[in-house]
Amino acid sequence: MKEKLSKIMEEAMAQIDESGQLDKLNDIRVAFLGKKGELTSVLKSMKEVAPEDRPKIGQMVNEARNTIEKRLEERRAFFEKKLMEEKIKGETIDVTLPGKRAVLGHRHPNTITLEEVENIFIGMGYQVVEGPEIEFDYYNFEALNIPADHPAKDEQDTFYITKDILLRTQTSSVQVHEMEKGKLPIRMIAPGRVFRSDEVDATHSPTFHQIEGLVIDKNITFADLKGTLQEFAIRLFGEGTKVKFRPHHFQFTEPSAEMDVSCFKCGGKGCRFCKGSGWVEILGCGMVHPHVLEMSGIDPEEYTGFAFGVGLERIALFKYEIDDMRLMYENDMRFLKQF
Amino acid sequence: MDTSLSWIKAYVPDLECTAQEYTDAMTLSGTKVEGYKEFDKNLDKIVVGKINKIEKHPDADKLIVCQVQVEEEGKEVQIVTGAPNVKEGDKVPVVLDGGHVASSHKDGESENGFKIKKGKLRGVESFGMMCSIEELGSNTDMYPDAAKDGIYILSDNPEYADAPVGSDAVGLLGLHDVVFEYEVTSNRVDCFGVLGIAREAAATFGKKFVPPVVKETGNQEDVNNYISVEVKAPDLCTRYTARVVKNIKLAPSPEWMQRRLASVGIRPINNIVDITNYVMEEYSQPMHAYDLDCIEGRKIIVRKAENGEKFTTLDGQEHELDDTMLMICDGEKAVGLAGIMGGENSMITDNVQTMLFEAATFDGTNIRLSGKKLGMRTDAQAKFEKGLDPNTTMEAMDRACQLIEELGAGEVVGGAVDYYPVKKEPVTIPYDADKINALLGTEISEEDMVSYFEAIDLLPDTEKKVVTVPTWRQDLERMADLAEEVARFYGYDKIPMTLPKSSATRGGLSDKLILENQVRDIVEAYGFCEGMTFSFESPKVYDKLNLGQEDALRKSIVIANPLGEDYSVMRTSALGGMLSSLAVNYNRRNQDVRLYELANVYLPKQLPLTELPDERVQLTLGAYGQVDFYDMKGVLEEIFSCLGLRGKTEYCPDAGKVFLHPGRQAEVLYEGRAAAYLGEVHPAVLKNFGIGERAYVAVVDLAELIVMPKENVKYAGVPKFPSITRDISMTMKKQVLAGEVEAVICKKGGSLVESVELFDIYEGAQIKEGCKSLAYKIIFRAKDRTLTDEEVSNTMDKIIKSLEEIGVALRK
Repeated sequence: MKEKLSKIMEEAMAQIDESGQLDKLNDIRVAFLGKKGELTSVLKSMKEVAPEDRPKIGQMVNEARNTIEKRLEERRAFFEKKLMEEKIKGETIDVTLPGKRAVLGHRHPNTITLEEVENIFIGMGYQVVEGPEIEFDYYNFEALNIPADHPAKDEQDTFYITKDILLRTQTSSVQVHEMEKGKLPIRMIAPGRVFRSDEVDATHSPTFHQIEGLVIDKNITFADLKGTLQEFAIRLFGEGTKVKFRPHHFQFTEPSAEMDVSCFKCGGKGCRFCKGSGWVEILGCGMVHPHVLEMSGIDPEEYTGFAFGVGLERIALFKYEIDDMRLMYENDMRFLKQF
Repeated sequence: MDTSLSWIKAYVPDLECTAQEYTDAMTLSGTKVEGYKEFDKNLDKIVVGKINKIEKHPDADKLIVCQVQVEEEGKEVQIVTGAPNVKEGDKVPVVLDGGHVASSHKDGESENGFKIKKGKLRGVESFGMMCSIEELGSNTDMYPDAAKDGIYILSDNPEYADAPVGSDAVGLLGLHDVVFEYEVTSNRVDCFGVLGIAREAAATFGKKFVPPVVKETGNQEDVNNYISVEVKAPDLCTRYTARVVKNIKLAPSPEWMQRRLASVGIRPINNIVDITNYVMEEYSQPMHAYDLDCIEGRKIIVRKAENGEKFTTLDGQEHELDDTMLMICDGEKAVGLAGIMGGENSMITDNVQTMLFEAATFDGTNIRLSGKKLGMRTDAQAKFEKGLDPNTTMEAMDRACQLIEELGAGEVVGGAVDYYPVKKEPVTIPYDADKINALLGTEISEEDMVSYFEAIDLLPDTEKKVVTVPTWRQDLERMADLAEEVARFYGYDKIPMTLPKSSATRGGLSDKLILENQVRDIVEAYGFCEGMTFSFESPKVYDKLNLGQEDALRKSIVIANPLGEDYSVMRTSALGGMLSSLAVNYNRRNQDVRLYELANVYLPKQLPLTELPDERVQLTLGAYGQVDFYDMKGVLEEIFSCLGLRGKTEYCPDAGKVFLHPGRQAEVLYEGRAAAYLGEVHPAVLKNFGIGERAYVAVVDLAELIVMPKENVKYAGVPKFPSITRDISMTMKKQVLAGEVEAVICKKGGSLVESVELFDIYEGAQIKEGCKSLAYKIIFRAKDRTLTDEEVSNTMDKIIKSLEEIGVALRK
């Protein structure tokens, strides 16, 4: 019996080891371990064995079965691994072929730039507000300390609809609307379209965008204006950006200033973008003129504030090195897709 | 506004700085220097030479060989020249071997000049070059004594005749100088004069300001015997001063005056004209000189012109005037256009004997508007426009007469006519050092503030804490203005940088702006790029859109002073801009173009405007290429879905848009309100815009959607029970809309219908003429149980029965 078993084992092992492919293993399993298999037939002939030997033989049969199964499993794993390796080998692809991309649209460079500016100021507690583009003369000029017949009105080349209604020349008009609401303190920026009677060329457009800023509260200082705008410049143009404030004149601020930033192309060494000066003029600003506060019903003895105005296209053109403003309003897909 | 450094130094004698230092310091203290030009930038090794001997060139007819003395004691160099105008004994500017000149006879002016090296001309050695005025970087306009097309013969000018040989010729000609170009802001009227800028320079550099001392002038006669003045328009002429000069001796003005005028681009003419220009530059006070013999009745009348009055200015141009313009007249006729230009009939000629000098203060706005109407822009006008200080007028007049006497240009008659009924008085402004520091965020001492005031001739009273402001600083009105003066001279750069320490505020976007950004995200996911077009349009665009004469879109706001017809009305729709942009892309052969714009349209409540119009933000989509109606509709559906607009949305055929294909357009009603429309662009409109393939547009009235209630997302649970799917294929007349079929399926299927999906649409063989076939996949599911086939079959029967009622037959 014992000999028979070891012969079966030997035979099974030999067949398994010689089996050349996966499906052969199943035949072997059936031949030895199946219902009519050789090992099973040994079990069936157990009645011929002496009863006292039966447990021992039974154990031997089980061991033989386990050994064969284990070997079958090993052989299967070997074949599967080999098959998988062969399959993988044939499946190499060219990873340098282009990826499949959905065709996404793109925001306008103005909008991308505006969102950056908005995020900076929102982080500092500013509300983003809007005002009308077709505006009363009062809000665009008079309430900003630019009375009728003032030369500053001429300088801005205003488009008029009627004597009293015009296309706003500056987003500063939104300051007045916000102040008139009477809710203090104010921290706002007001982005929007403005209009000036400039012929279209590489650096001019009769329609462009500004971002106005206004802060009104108790104890606001010129130093706060400088600090806030420095923070803005660093966040927009990167660490290491330097700012320079120069005296200037605006009717609705006093003292007034223009802010230059160190050229973000050359870092201040001088290049064609900054015309060799190392500085780029970026915005006008100042402390809100007390008369402007008074006209909007705010007591300049109690409250002070600062205001600033940034040209959106100016920043966008610099940032993306766009050399012709006309591109911004032509809407050529080859241009728009680049942003 | 320009000044040369030497002219500034004339009033700030201690000033020592380079051009760059001056530029930086002045800009930082508020007088912005836009740029500068150094006259001697490319001039080097140029001396006064004396031609001792001239011989013919042995091998060239047109050349001569000169022996030129270039050192005081002797040294001669040989120079070959082709210039025809030199003779022995002449003193000329000579550039020596290795020196530089600004321009060359052959190549004109150059950024970096030209180096002069010794060489041979036709075999004869030449060790330098004799210079023309052009080679020295200037011209005969500015140096009228220099020869045209020849060497500058210095010795022909008596002022240079004694210049030592070998001395610096550049210095002799006043070319070691720099001219600065300033951007003067409109509030600083005083800085449109050299004296105003010099005062700022003195304060900026902490040096003494030494303005010219104006002395009393005039003979024993009385000017009132020569002229009288009557002002009939006192509102437009607040001061009019007149003096008379007789026995005029016209001659060139002295070199120093010519040089200063030339440095700022004013051409020297003769002593009288130069003096008026010189004083205008110095004081920013324009002056005019009339030939007194042409003044009828020895009388000046300042009045407004009559409508239609004609007048010829001294440039020979005739102008038609109106009754807003101010005229200077004599007893009979007009002799000048006040503040702009004098008349041809009274101008100074070479034969002038006696002259009337005018210095006046005219209303700046009036002068500006008159100049604009007449299309004129003169230097005088540019000064008057700023609104001049009347208290400077007389000083400028006296300064001019002083120069007349100093230059020996004539005999000044004693006394002056001075019409000045309402004297402008200086104002006083209180100052409070604490408040100024509080505004600036600084800790500047009161002593320092006072010293800044004094440096620019403001007169502080430290007892009363007030500053008296001279009338030429009309921009200073209140303490905030003084704060700026303090900040300027303390230094904007020294003011600290802090952040506001005040109350916290909540920042963020408005609901409208948030929605706009959501819309951008959605349409960009569908491949649309954001464009921007102008807010103004040509009215012709309405014709291009085939709009009827009464179409509401034609009711647009008209700009009174547009840049031209193309930009003359405010858009009532952004479609014109969109189609033009598509056309631009089409013409440039860009394929598959998808554009969007978030644009305001301007809808007047009535015309002409009496109140502000309705400014509505609209989303306009435009596309051509791989796109059809249903792509556009899909985008709209996505927008409604993503924005949480889950109310009733209907796509109604024929939106009534004449610019869209009549069979391929839809109006979108949201909860019964017109919220959007879309469609294929009408072929005729495509043609009008020059777009050569089918294009599609959609317009969403975002302003309408912003106010609509939005549904918040609520988790609905993942289905627990299995679904049952049924496909149904139907035939029907073409006119039956898929939307109607779907409505029936949804209505009859009720809550069991989870989704209805059209998977086939077919017309043609096997289908009756005029009919179409639609095939839908319907998924049924119940939330609370597993559906039975029987339940679904019953529902299907109901659906099919109802469909049959609208003429839909099940396809078998």
